[in-house]
Amino acid sequence: MRRVVVTGMGMVSPLACGVDQTWKRLLDGQSGAGPITRFDAGHLATTYACEVPRAGAEGAAEDAFDPDEWMEPKEQRKVDDFILYGMAAADQAIREAGLAECSAEEKLRIGVMVGSGIGGLQSIAETAVLLKERGPRRVSPFFIPGALINLVSGQISIRYGFKGPNHAPVTACSTGAHAIGDAARLIQWGDADVMVAGGTESPISEIGIAGFNACKALSTKRADDPKRASRPWDADRDGFVMGEGAGVVVLEDYERAKARGATIYGEIIGYGLSGDAHHITAPPEDHEGAERAMRAALARAAIEPTRIDYVNAHGTSTMADTIELGAVERVLGDHAQNVTMSSTKSSIGHLLGAAGSVEAIFCLLAIRDQVAPPTINLDTPACETKLDLAAGAKVPRRIDTVLSNSFGFGGTNAALVMQRLTD
Amino acid sequence: MSDIADRVKKIVVEHLGVEEEKVTENASFIDDLGADSLDTVELVMAFEEEFGIEIPDDAAETIQTFGDAVKFIKEAQA
Repeated sequence: MRRVVVTGMGMVSPLACGVDQTWKRLLDGQSGAGPITRFDAGHLATTYACEVPRAGAEGAAEDAFDPDEWMEPKEQRKVDDFILYGMAAADQAIREAGLAECSAEEKLRIGVMVGSGIGGLQSIAETAVLLKERGPRRVSPFFIPGALINLVSGQISIRYGFKGPNHAPVTACSTGAHAIGDAARLIQWGDADVMVAGGTESPISEIGIAGFNACKALSTKRADDPKRASRPWDADRDGFVMGEGAGVVVLEDYERAKARGATIYGEIIGYGLSGDAHHITAPPEDHEGAERAMRAALARAAIEPTRIDYVNAHGTSTMADTIELGAVERVLGDHAQNVTMSSTKSSIGHLLGAAGSVEAIFCLLAIRDQVAPPTINLDTPACETKLDLAAGAKVPRRIDTVLSNSFGFGGTNAALVMQRLTD
Repeated sequence: MSDIADRVKKIVVEHLGVEEEKVTENASFIDDLGADSLDTVELVMAFEEEFGIEIPDDAAETIQTFGDAVKFIKEAQA
């Protein structure tokens, strides 16, 4: 089976536009949360979220997201924000890996698999209102192609001429991890030599917040201090904080990457999937599905759990945090005492379909820089554990092998195992 | 240039992201101004909105150039 490595990474996050810019703030323990500015949220149960900072907004930093940098204004009008974020993250990763300069023949073997949990929710909501108020003749011809989830993969392929497999997973909050795992398998099986893979999401809209509020999934009680609202494993957590953005990686056949002397961030050595067959939004109390996904990923990697140094948890700041922790402890056994596990959702919120790919990038950066990012706001742990949860501060340590968990509504679980490249 | 022509030109420039000088009498939306079939649907919708008229689908198909659009709208408003 061919080996698959990561040779490019791109990100749009609530902390910044860009991988290293986000990573620096993440290690500093910053939070991307704040009052919702995109629309008037005063009437909703939740009034805060982790919005992607926009260039031109008041107090925006230099590395805030500037849509014009990634897509012409006339094209921006035709797509929902999730496509815009996905294009921006893909462009960063593609540039880093030099894929745009590949020959036409090579591009036949370059594919795209960027998914989303929900897709163009905002466009659908706006168009539904337009349809109701003004009739079908006012519906834009760009509504459907601007809202469809697989149009991120489609747009990326069109812009760069990538003619390999073109696909888009939709597995709620596991989407980003499934995209990377499935795309890696396409390379392993020889369907492609290179895959642009990841997830993107733009759920911070009136209908998105109202919908997740109705599911009782979001934090509601920290309007006075949004930066403290996302607090995985903390006794005082009360739901997740909605995030937005995209994470995209370039996956490449190891021999190809080696031959061209590419910078290699790490190798995807394991990928496991499972279903809970339990409930539409909640995991079972033991979350044995999560445990099976992790064990499957370790088995595929052909390594013992004792090799794991760092776990990037799904850890959404909901009741399910401690359930996941229990499953991780069962998988790691006594080795748990040697492992650092953090939830970066404490800083960036929950990016839904983009979460798994953004967090995979954090894992690869943890390997590169030998440091585990912190779980901020973890003041009073809700349970005892031997795991080091990196409460409040990053943890410099040896990190060669990492595990990243993602779980989605519908009971869909994915685990990725990534490792520093060894010959 | 008539007021109608100015307003049509503004819409074309905005929607297709082209320079104003290129929007000439005989400029074809698809062949000269880089529009695709979906862009032309959107352009017709924008004309309808701007001028408060309805352009039936069979009439919309005859509007291929900037000149066609101005002529159609002038007649529709006459």
